[in-house]
Amino acid sequence: MPAGFLARERIVAPPGWSRWLIPPAALSIHLAIGQAYAWTAFKTALTSTMLNGNPNAGVLSALPFQLAIVMLGLSAALFGTQVDARGPRWAMVVSSSCFVAGFLISALGVSIGAYWLVVLGYGFVGGIGLGIGYISPVSTLIKWFPDRPGLSTGIAIMGFGGGALIATPLTNQLLAAFGGAVKGGSASPVASTFLVMGIIYAVFMSVGWLLIRVPAEGWRPAGWDPATQTAGAMISTKNVSAANAIRTPQFWLLWVVLCFNVTAGIGILERAQDIYTDFFGAGVSPAGIAAAAGGFAAMLSLANSLGRILWSSASDPLGRKRIYMIYLGVGAVLYLAITLLGNSNKVVFLICSIFILSFYGAGFATAPAYLRDLFGTYQVGAIHGRLLTAWSVAGVLGPLIVNALADANKGIAGPGRYTTAFTIMIVLLVIGFVANALIRPVNAKFHEPDTTTVTPEGAQA
Amino acid sequence: MTTPEKPAVNPALAVLAWLWVIVPFGYGLYELLIKIPALFG
Repeated sequence: MPAGFLARERIVAPPGWSRWLIPPAALSIHLAIGQAYAWTAFKTALTSTMLNGNPNAGVLSALPFQLAIVMLGLSAALFGTQVDARGPRWAMVVSSSCFVAGFLISALGVSIGAYWLVVLGYGFVGGIGLGIGYISPVSTLIKWFPDRPGLSTGIAIMGFGGGALIATPLTNQLLAAFGGAVKGGSASPVASTFLVMGIIYAVFMSVGWLLIRVPAEGWRPAGWDPATQTAGAMISTKNVSAANAIRTPQFWLLWVVLCFNVTAGIGILERAQDIYTDFFGAGVSPAGIAAAAGGFAAMLSLANSLGRILWSSASDPLGRKRIYMIYLGVGAVLYLAITLLGNSNKVVFLICSIFILSFYGAGFATAPAYLRDLFGTYQVGAIHGRLLTAWSVAGVLGPLIVNALADANKGIAGPGRYTTAFTIMIVLLVIGFVANALIRPVNAKFHEPDTTTVTPEGAQA
Repeated sequence: MTTPEKPAVNPALAVLAWLWVIVPFGYGLYELLIKIPALFG
């Protein structure tokens, strides 16, 4: 019986297939699902229209994004095994279907005034698409580029970070084309934007699952000798199973590190346009501040994207523990600078925000390597899946802190509205810094016997 | 086994595939660059 269209056997590359077709296939998925970081554009539109006048508009408008991030972490952890077993085309089709369905359900929800459908569609259904899409192309890239795993996964991880760079202006331009999200006005432009973006992403992501191929058994790049890579890479000599890893303090310390680093970044990212408007909106025309706030959100997504490849590359010579000290320690100082300086110096505000977001992205990109350093390469993918639950928690925690406190301080004009929220972020970063400082090599009692087969399954982020 | 790399893919397909992702990314970058003056205005 011939293999089905989605089966792994169907997409084994013939001899001579160019592996340079795989990065664009992966990017077709990651650049699309990276749209999640552009939620702030929809959030602003929903707050002005559908949720206008609601005293909890800030918290409510963050819910779809928060649930999407929760589902991302959960589905990456739960479906990781399925993704490996069924292959990347299956995973990409499932991811595309869920992600696009999320937009279509949201369009329906906005058009009939049922906000819970937006939460269910974008957050729950779309979030499953994010999780499966996130892990699907990365493991395939590692197989195609055993000689350059950092480059190949870096491209995909950058793609996820850069998705908002495309989605932010696209969302804002579509909203404007459909009549704009006027305060107190009709939500119809928001519904139309959800619908059109769903269609655009369905087409865009299709190239990913059409183009993706897996290398044939035993394939390796011409002229590449695996022995040279093993000798040159920093690979732990001892291995820890996934079951044992979660019994170690190192795993939970790193969980805290990732969770609080992400919380600090996501709090700004998810509310970027509103924060910018609150800081610098006084005396500026609505059109002018909207344009600047859109630019701010896009610049943050660029920082998020570039931080993934730049800082994680720097972690190789500097060491993982040291680089996380920079992410967390310098991040806390930058948050402090924003809190103390407020809107007195826009350049300092922008520089601090850019670095905070670059550390946020870098925290994701460096985590698999940190896990590999601590637990070896045996089951590092499964351990990483469990670690991504920290992202889920942070996806709730960050926006909740910033939005709830911003809602509570609605009477305070300007940067003062965020003083409490940013102070909490500083405390969280300091806790993360301490947790990172406490990480030591794993106790030998958790190590697997030396005969354990080491599989190169790492770096699924 | 080292597979001899005989091209099984039309180079035009590779170019199109890369353009498929580079063009939207370029659009995003362009939109960012033209907003920078507003950011500092």
